[in-house]
Amino acid sequence: MEGILNQLPIGLSIAAVLLLIALGLTFTFGQMGVINMAHGEFIMAGAYTAYLLQGFADRNAVLVALPVAFLVAGLMGLILERAAIRHFYGRPLDTLLLTWGVSLVLQQVARDLFGAPNVQVQSPTWLQGSLGPMPYNRMFILLLAVGSVVAIWVYMNRSAQGRRMQAVMQNRQLAATSGINTGRVDQRTFFIGSGLAGIAGVALTLIGPVGPTLGTYYIVDAFLVVVAGGLGQLRGAVIAALALGLLNSYAEFWTNASLAKVIVFVVIIAFLQFRPQGLFVLRSRALT
Amino acid sequence: MLSVDSLEAGYGRARVLFGVGLAVEPGQLVCVMGRNGVGKTTLLNTIMGVIPATAGTVTFEDHDVTKMKPHERVKLGMGYVPQGHETFPQLSVLGNLLVTLEASGNPQSALDEALDVFPRLKPLLKRKAGFLSGGQQQQLAIARALVTRPKLLILDEPTEGIQPSIIIEIEEAIETLHASGIAVLLVEQYLDLAMRLADRYVILDGGHVVHAGTAADLQGEEARRLLAV
Repeated sequence: MEGILNQLPIGLSIAAVLLLIALGLTFTFGQMGVINMAHGEFIMAGAYTAYLLQGFADRNAVLVALPVAFLVAGLMGLILERAAIRHFYGRPLDTLLLTWGVSLVLQQVARDLFGAPNVQVQSPTWLQGSLGPMPYNRMFILLLAVGSVVAIWVYMNRSAQGRRMQAVMQNRQLAATSGINTGRVDQRTFFIGSGLAGIAGVALTLIGPVGPTLGTYYIVDAFLVVVAGGLGQLRGAVIAALALGLLNSYAEFWTNASLAKVIVFVVIIAFLQFRPQGLFVLRSRALT
Repeated sequence: MLSVDSLEAGYGRARVLFGVGLAVEPGQLVCVMGRNGVGKTTLLNTIMGVIPATAGTVTFEDHDVTKMKPHERVKLGMGYVPQGHETFPQLSVLGNLLVTLEASGNPQSALDEALDVFPRLKPLLKRKAGFLSGGQQQQLAIARALVTRPKLLILDEPTEGIQPSIIIEIEEAIETLHASGIAVLLVEQYLDLAMRLADRYVILDGGHVVHAGTAADLQGEEARRLLAV
């Protein structure tokens, strides 16, 4: 029983990290249909940002790194979208190959800059300790994910830019002929989506080391969250991330890491057999 | 105001429009007619920049808009209501209007004016657009275009699949807008409606303009033969 209880914070924090990564993907994949395999490297960039900021902010690097990593990863995403991806819209397989190539290049750049071995980011002293079975650092990640979801919800539903993003997501052609500059919305979406990956990277430094391939461990699971939750669906991403994080954590507890991955994949494949559109879909009289 | 010259467009290798030409003068209502599959929607989509023109030009108020993006054409004063009463289904009625208003940079009064044309929408502002009836969605679609304060309103079969009572409201709205000085380019299959509304008409067949004239000419035998199914 104690073991089951101890797995809960691990599962919740994995869910929180997956959610932070999937939040970004659900926009870029959901809105633009871009399978961005380099999204994992934006996570890695966020984590290395925290590592670099240790020199300036010492043990509070994580806090300082949150906005900086958002900007760094966001700008990387924006540059990738402007320089390459926009030329491949409507060609998902080409985009997948392109971004996969970019991810390999970015991993090598990280190796050249920081070396192949993993590096460590010191947790703030105020995040050491725990509340019952819940360590403070994992609780912080959970709060970060909740805060990000709330911020994204407010942005999407209460701001003009968020409304435009929703309009493009729901009907790109109609948005364009309604006077919305869809290209600019795409840029903003890519910036925010990639920035969220940077925040996820900072969160990951609290529970493990930082290395050039950090993002690759999470990117496939994050795509599973997006697909299982329903494209572009915020509440779907939240529920799917929670389910996947907890399933992964408990499957690892009862079996081992490799078998846990197999179990997660089997469950997702079985789920998609019944609901290929994911948990939530766009509903309307015209579409149902 | 709008001049389309030798316009050609299509989908991949399939050409749909072959050297189409038409003109809409300020304040004029021009009706594009023709049987199914002759290229009416393709023509409007090409005029709005949704489909790229492979040859020919589209000029709006002395601007060559042939290569412009759709949102740039809207900024110049071209309002478009596509076929199929399209909305942003997950946004509320107000959200649909606001998102267009914000993109246009027009003041709130533009939204109020659009709602005055379709007062039926006023009690539905908080309802999701996807859950409106077909007629209400069409009214919302036209209101959304009006929020941009267009000088030219392009309507693609606004009465298609709509119940008769709403068709009357939509017809009255088009008449009101036309009377207020807005030019209208209307694709319409109902001959009677076209005869009541249009100043001029153009008939397409096989991607070519095969007949054009004033509304009175629509009663002619040639026009009726070309429109017969």
